[in-house]
Amino acid sequence: MSNELTATDARAHEWRSRFPTVNYLNADYGIKSWLLTKDHKRIALLYLVSVTFFFLIGGAYAGAIRLELLTPQGDLVQSQTYNKLFTHHGIMMVFFFLIPSIPATLGNFLVPMMIGAKDLAFPRINLLSWYIYMLGGVLTFSALLFGGVDTGWTFYVPYSTNFSNTYVVLAGLGIFINGFSSILTGLNFIVTIHTMRAPGMTWFRLPLFIWSHYATSLIFILGTPVIAITILLIALERLAHVGIFDPALGGDPVLFQHMFWFYSHPAVYIMILPAMGVVSELIATHTRKPIFGYSFVAFSSLAIAIFGFLVWGHHLFVSSQSVYAGMIFSLISFVVAIPSAVKVFNWTATMYKGSISYDTPMLYAFAFIGLFTIGGMTGVMLAALGFDVHVTDTYFVVAHFHYIMVGGAMMGYLGGLHNWWPKITGRMYPEGWGRFAALVVFVGFNLTFFPQFLLGYMGMPRRYHAYPADVPLWQVLHVMSTAGASILGIGLLIPGVYFLWSMRYGRFAPANPWPATGLEWRTPSPPPTENFAVTPVVTWEAYEYRPVEEMRVIGPGESAEQAAGVQPPLDRAET
Amino acid sequence: MLLTQVSVPQVSVPFSPEQASTFAPHVDALYAYLLLITIFFSTLITLLLVVFAVKYRRRQPDEVPRPISGSMVLELTWTIVPLLIAMTIFVWGASTYFKAYRVPHQAMEVYVVAKQWMWKFQHQTGQREINELHVPVGARVKLTMTTEDVIHSLYVPAFRIKQDVVPGRYTQLWFEATKTGSYYLFCAEYCGTNHSGMGGHVIVMEPTAYEQWLAGGAGAESAAAQGQKLFQERGCASCHQTDPAGQQGRGPTLYGLFGKQQAIEGDGTVAVDESYIRESILDPQAKLALGFQPIMPTFRNQVNEEQILQLIAYIRSLGQPQGGESGGTAQGGGGTTTGPTTGGASPTTERSNPLAPTSPRQGNPSPQLPPRVGQGGAANANRRQ
Repeated sequence: MSNELTATDARAHEWRSRFPTVNYLNADYGIKSWLLTKDHKRIALLYLVSVTFFFLIGGAYAGAIRLELLTPQGDLVQSQTYNKLFTHHGIMMVFFFLIPSIPATLGNFLVPMMIGAKDLAFPRINLLSWYIYMLGGVLTFSALLFGGVDTGWTFYVPYSTNFSNTYVVLAGLGIFINGFSSILTGLNFIVTIHTMRAPGMTWFRLPLFIWSHYATSLIFILGTPVIAITILLIALERLAHVGIFDPALGGDPVLFQHMFWFYSHPAVYIMILPAMGVVSELIATHTRKPIFGYSFVAFSSLAIAIFGFLVWGHHLFVSSQSVYAGMIFSLISFVVAIPSAVKVFNWTATMYKGSISYDTPMLYAFAFIGLFTIGGMTGVMLAALGFDVHVTDTYFVVAHFHYIMVGGAMMGYLGGLHNWWPKITGRMYPEGWGRFAALVVFVGFNLTFFPQFLLGYMGMPRRYHAYPADVPLWQVLHVMSTAGASILGIGLLIPGVYFLWSMRYGRFAPANPWPATGLEWRTPSPPPTENFAVTPVVTWEAYEYRPVEEMRVIGPGESAEQAAGVQPPLDRAET
Repeated sequence: MLLTQVSVPQVSVPFSPEQASTFAPHVDALYAYLLLITIFFSTLITLLLVVFAVKYRRRQPDEVPRPISGSMVLELTWTIVPLLIAMTIFVWGASTYFKAYRVPHQAMEVYVVAKQWMWKFQHQTGQREINELHVPVGARVKLTMTTEDVIHSLYVPAFRIKQDVVPGRYTQLWFEATKTGSYYLFCAEYCGTNHSGMGGHVIVMEPTAYEQWLAGGAGAESAAAQGQKLFQERGCASCHQTDPAGQQGRGPTLYGLFGKQQAIEGDGTVAVDESYIRESILDPQAKLALGFQPIMPTFRNQVNEEQILQLIAYIRSLGQPQGGESGGTAQGGGGTTTGPTTGGASPTTERSNPLAPTSPRQGNPSPQLPPRVGQGGAANANRRQ
């Protein structure tokens, strides 16, 4: 490893000397140059800082929840406070961390670079989206500070409309406003991907990260207006008693659940699709192979985005929805699981006969595949009607969606941050600490959430401030979960520390430290404001490792296997 | 629905609550199947990851492997095989669900009214309980549920059943306890400040002990009798005739109405079930019976959910539909009333139900509690007229 480091160090200094050192970070100085920037890379960093801030808030709430659940009695905080804790945790994490995390930071930074563009199609709208996000975040956060909300992040009526005596409208207003930021980001990505690809960057040469962000953007644009309408109706119902949801005025409380999940189920795919895109990049880069079945992985993203809109009713199996509607939603839910399975199989197959590194991003990719498989399979279990009746609204569901959102989206985000940190900052993070933290996160995560599967099947309902002390194992499992959460918390703080450290003290990063094939790696680290000195012309396929490296390492003409007389069984016919 | 007829082997899954209902072994068997599939695929993927990570680890910093672009055969395999497996899960899961939510016609009926933060149960015999529900072992119990405020959800882990309780409508749930004992009852849908305190126990008793428990509450009026009292107090009787021989009042005669199809103003008919009666009390003009003037005032805020249920019990008791136009009730998660009812511990008696849903009740009041009470109420009503 040390040899490798010296080699990359040397290359880094070579790059530094050959290219002008002016880059997007030092091109301009001062707070104004950041707050009024139109550079997608700087906006990505604005998002990175704010998303991290909201993540820390959400994490603090999670810590308080886990502490309360150490004992069966509700002794640390009062029940009303506890209800606010899980509500705040959910709202912060879902709307202000998970949904914008990858698209608004890594996506903002990488979408133009990966397709060879100078910026997004609408740089001003991009900046506007950050301001909208901040406005929404500040409004919602102030609602939490003034006294909070206790409706759960799901805002179910009639509790949220007629009963809750908390800051529902203000928190909702923040979420409503925040939605426009998602819509603008999605719009920007779609237009950019359609119109600003570099010459030669055909659709099927696009990195899979782009495909998944394209699919995510579709959901942003089609889904977000529905949650906006739904929240608006809650506000109307609270303030003017219009009677959309109130049965006493002829409304239907279950209608709210349909509208809420029509957005919020696709929102799950907003969280996981970008992470899938990241993982495709990580695996290709750190196995140095093209993704097995590129087009299947690409189209599976679109399939997920489309089918994801047709399964919301699986949140309503016990809601008094008709039995037959339940069956149809169950059936479609099984169908939507298939594209995810296809991705997992293709990623695994990509590793076959690869050159697999154990660098931090790859460790997160491993974690993603393993944890997403468990999260996805338990999702399949929940789609089974008769089984869901027993475990819905229990800790089984809590464990399932944390395996998707933390085990999936969060691992993808962390892996992506490590992978592109050299590009973003021009500095390497400390590899040893990175691997250590990845291990701590993995152990902590599983210890936190695996016991919750068991708790759930044993019947522990979610959103419980206190639980019976006489059910065997419940407290034991909760204590394990809290212990795991402590480990997870530490594991997440370590990268925070060394990322900050590396910005000043990390080694200079070369332009292409891994090395990877994407366009973003064919420009200096950190990139200049205009991304590329000249517009690149793409003459290669996605993840094409052969032309540069193979010529140099294996020699022209034949591979090592062919030289040794071994025919790889999975080789493609046309080569 | 073949699977529902197949007897499920007794599986005991680790980390599961007690199996105390006929439904529980079915859910546990499904769980075992799902666990096997999940463990198989998770292990397969993990094993492949570990083996590949070790076997194909990077040995030299500069090495580049041969590219492998894909394989149509493999893609089709890992699309179609998981899809087929998923379909088996769908069928199994759906049939289990169907069975759980098809409410049997003959069952001991208990009314449930949820409110922040308690469960109120009323037996047909009139006994009322809060946060405790006593039921006999081996009897089918049907819960008709509503709430006075927000959405709640009745959940008994040992029975593997759960059903949201929604304001403004009735939802139904049924179970047959198989083991005596005391089992936790939870509210599973977040309902506000004291959500986690909104629980209690279902106490499953031997039938004799249950009879004793019922007798302990002697003096309690049956639900129907309480409903009858309300019916008089609120002046319902001034418009609604309850005697089949009497003259039609300003409102429809209620004798024998329950379970029938009622023609309504505008177009079509509506099944007279719990929901329709509730709606007609609270919003009388919503589905006006054909040929009557819209003169009935709303009784919203004058009767609460428990009283409405008592009125329903009374109206139900006013004779039963003759000729089997429409058996039983269909409401909420309960699906329709057509087709054979499936499942349960005694499928043979089940299957004969739709053919003659009412006659055994009237002819032989002893085995089932609700008809006995209901007929008592009807007899009283007739006397008073």
